[in-house]
Amino acid sequence: MDLNKKFTPETWPAHPEKATLEAKNKFVGFWLFLGGETILFATLFATYMALKNKGPSGFGFTTQELYTLPLVFVMTMLLLTSSLTSVYAMYHLKSFNFKKMQLWLALTAFLGLGFLMLEVYEFSHYVQEGFTFNNSAFSSSFFTLVGTHGFHVAIGLVWVTLLIFRNSKRGLNLYNATKYYTFSLYWHFIDVVWVFIFTVVYLMGVIG
Amino acid sequence: MSSVAQKRGFGATLWDWLTTVDHKKIGILYLLGGLFFFVLGGIEAMIIRLQLMTPNNDLVSAGLFNDLITMHGTTMIFLAAMPILFGFMNAIVPLQIGARDVAFPFINSLGFWMFAFGGLFLNISWLFGEVPDAGWTSYASLSLHSPGHGIDFYAIGLQIAGGGTLMAGINFLVTIINMRAPGMTYMRMPLFTWTTFVASAMILFAFPPLTIGLFFLTFDRMFSGNFFDHTMGGNTIIWEHIFWIFGHPEVYILILPAFGIFSEIFATFSRKRLFGYTAMVFATVLIGFLGFMVWAHHMFTVGLGPTANAIFAVATMAIAVPTGVKIFNWLLTIWGGSIKVTTPMLYALGFIPSFVMGGVTGVMQGAAPLDYQLHDTYFIVAHFHYVIVGGVVLAIFAALHYWWPKMFGTMLHEGLGKITFVFFFIGFHMTFLIQHWLGFWGMPRRVWTFMDGQGWNMANMISTIGALLMAIGFTVMVINIVMTTIKNERVGNDPWGDGRTLEWAIPSPPVFYNFAQTPLIRGLDTLWVEKMDGSKEMITPAEPVTDIHMPNGSIIPLLMTLGLFIAGFGAMFHQETSWGLPVLIFGLAFTFVMMAARSLKDDLGFYVTKEQILEDMKNEKGGRN
Repeated sequence: MDLNKKFTPETWPAHPEKATLEAKNKFVGFWLFLGGETILFATLFATYMALKNKGPSGFGFTTQELYTLPLVFVMTMLLLTSSLTSVYAMYHLKSFNFKKMQLWLALTAFLGLGFLMLEVYEFSHYVQEGFTFNNSAFSSSFFTLVGTHGFHVAIGLVWVTLLIFRNSKRGLNLYNATKYYTFSLYWHFIDVVWVFIFTVVYLMGVIG
Repeated sequence: MSSVAQKRGFGATLWDWLTTVDHKKIGILYLLGGLFFFVLGGIEAMIIRLQLMTPNNDLVSAGLFNDLITMHGTTMIFLAAMPILFGFMNAIVPLQIGARDVAFPFINSLGFWMFAFGGLFLNISWLFGEVPDAGWTSYASLSLHSPGHGIDFYAIGLQIAGGGTLMAGINFLVTIINMRAPGMTYMRMPLFTWTTFVASAMILFAFPPLTIGLFFLTFDRMFSGNFFDHTMGGNTIIWEHIFWIFGHPEVYILILPAFGIFSEIFATFSRKRLFGYTAMVFATVLIGFLGFMVWAHHMFTVGLGPTANAIFAVATMAIAVPTGVKIFNWLLTIWGGSIKVTTPMLYALGFIPSFVMGGVTGVMQGAAPLDYQLHDTYFIVAHFHYVIVGGVVLAIFAALHYWWPKMFGTMLHEGLGKITFVFFFIGFHMTFLIQHWLGFWGMPRRVWTFMDGQGWNMANMISTIGALLMAIGFTVMVINIVMTTIKNERVGNDPWGDGRTLEWAIPSPPVFYNFAQTPLIRGLDTLWVEKMDGSKEMITPAEPVTDIHMPNGSIIPLLMTLGLFIAGFGAMFHQETSWGLPVLIFGLAFTFVMMAARSLKDDLGFYVTKEQILEDMKNEKGGRN
């Protein structure tokens, strides 16, 4: 593939993310990878639900006492908004507007970082209260489920940061368009997983 | 680039193999790696059988016996059967669909190295003298309390190898979805490609639960988690569920490609189109689907209740239907065919009765009430060896003979191949048939030794002698391989003379870009269609000769895996040493830096020029006569 080929918004293909065979492969492969990730998270969810509120005799923590919805609500809003901004970025990817795409992606990363910092705060708060990874089956499954999601967010942040800086000088081409696009797929996936975490862990934890 | 025949030094050759992204070379690497572990697992099996030859035997200690059965099972499933099948998939599937490479050559290489280092990690446990000893299923209540680092080797080694398998699965899926040659519709794909496709889809959905289960085990053992510890609120049954949600599809991941191999062999050597192709495809997909619905039949005696047991019992027996469809289709393929009994065909013919017997005992165990009687006896051991040895291993040996010329350009000796078959086949039935009765007579599985006077002596002796016969058969095969390699008589495109699928239309072994011109597929059994039409070139090209784009080799996959390998030791020793945690962090960071290096540095591959392709084509024609 010729990286030096110059495009204009007119010559830029309608689906730059799958314009070459390599790109198509990555596109399909990444969707399949997300299918596998779905099963991975499903396993974590099932385990969490089985071990919720379970601990050694005299274990004092329950979901009702532990979770505070306002904080989680702010986190949810940050992450959902970051999904929206990544949609705008992809809109500009398709209309070959590199600068605006980079801008919206930077905003996405910024919101994601805000989410991650609040999650770190949340975790450290729990640990200070004595709800640590190793004090019960409940805590182990909670930190593993929510922590795996947080780890995915962190990976996504590193990914998008590298993308933004690596390509800042050279603009869009058919080689990196797929990389941007798969990142946005990944970011939406993380968002969907969070919707389930918000529902199954926090809402059902406080209400049910 | 890499396959240009010229004299090179040892270092350059080694570097070429370490960095290769050519699917044919990776296929050979998988095959060699898998065969190595097959020998290792076979030696373990022989020691097990020698220990059980006579009552009250003390050839090995009880602890070592536990090590041996655990490592035998784990090695054979994860490090022998699957990698060898991956070897054939890598070497053959792209050729069958008319592709020049797999979809992700780099990830393909990464998958291989993760398998290799994962297997190495698992087996280094022998050097430490702390070997996994909780059975290949490593049920949590047992594995949590196993002293030493044995189970840690299991958890981390399988984690690394399992990651490689997942990557291989995604790679084959995308290859088959995106890279079929023009005209190669889904319903024209050879059965081996179809079964690879379905098995890969199963890998995609079965391996993530294993990943999670192994992480839980790692956390519980090395990072004071509490998933399975009931004193901390955990639940040991969760491991059983997660393991079998992976473990049951896993056996279909093994057997489906085996079905594919036999489908090719039956059609080729009956010189007939595969009977009921459409039904075969449908049965394959159905088995793949049902394979996920039956995991709890491994857990009938856990006490899930009669409703759950009944549902899983019915689902289990339902799988016998598509499997039966396959058996009858193979029989009807042979029926009226012009049969040539070559070594691969001999294995295929031996496979049908052997596998049917394993399938029937499977349905017996699927009946939950009967399973209460059979559970944890030698009947179970007999059953799964009948399906895995009688199905998967016979398929592997058949494929080894069938595709050896395509992979290496020289044919295994037919006479020696048949001798191997006779020894192995008789030995196999001798070893495992009698174990059904041992199970009925009450001999539990996984016992280190047994007492005299229970009526088990003769049966165990017979079983051990059978195992020796299998070992002799395999040795003959190794001799065959060595002899063939030394003689190195080159063969042409279609050494069996009756090839039906596309891989037999190109030289053995093919050039590294496989097809000078992408072929046009004009029907099922592509090559057969061309032969019937009397085509001279055996391939109808779909494009003129042009430059071909190929990927560059890379050492990064090996280095990435090395990082994980190092991190594994860090995780294992971080509780008792001060260097553990830094090593863990260093290993993971090293892998991550390698990933970043791969991502940040553009690697666009290279072009094989039109001139070189034309010259290759000319040389090939000259060489053929």
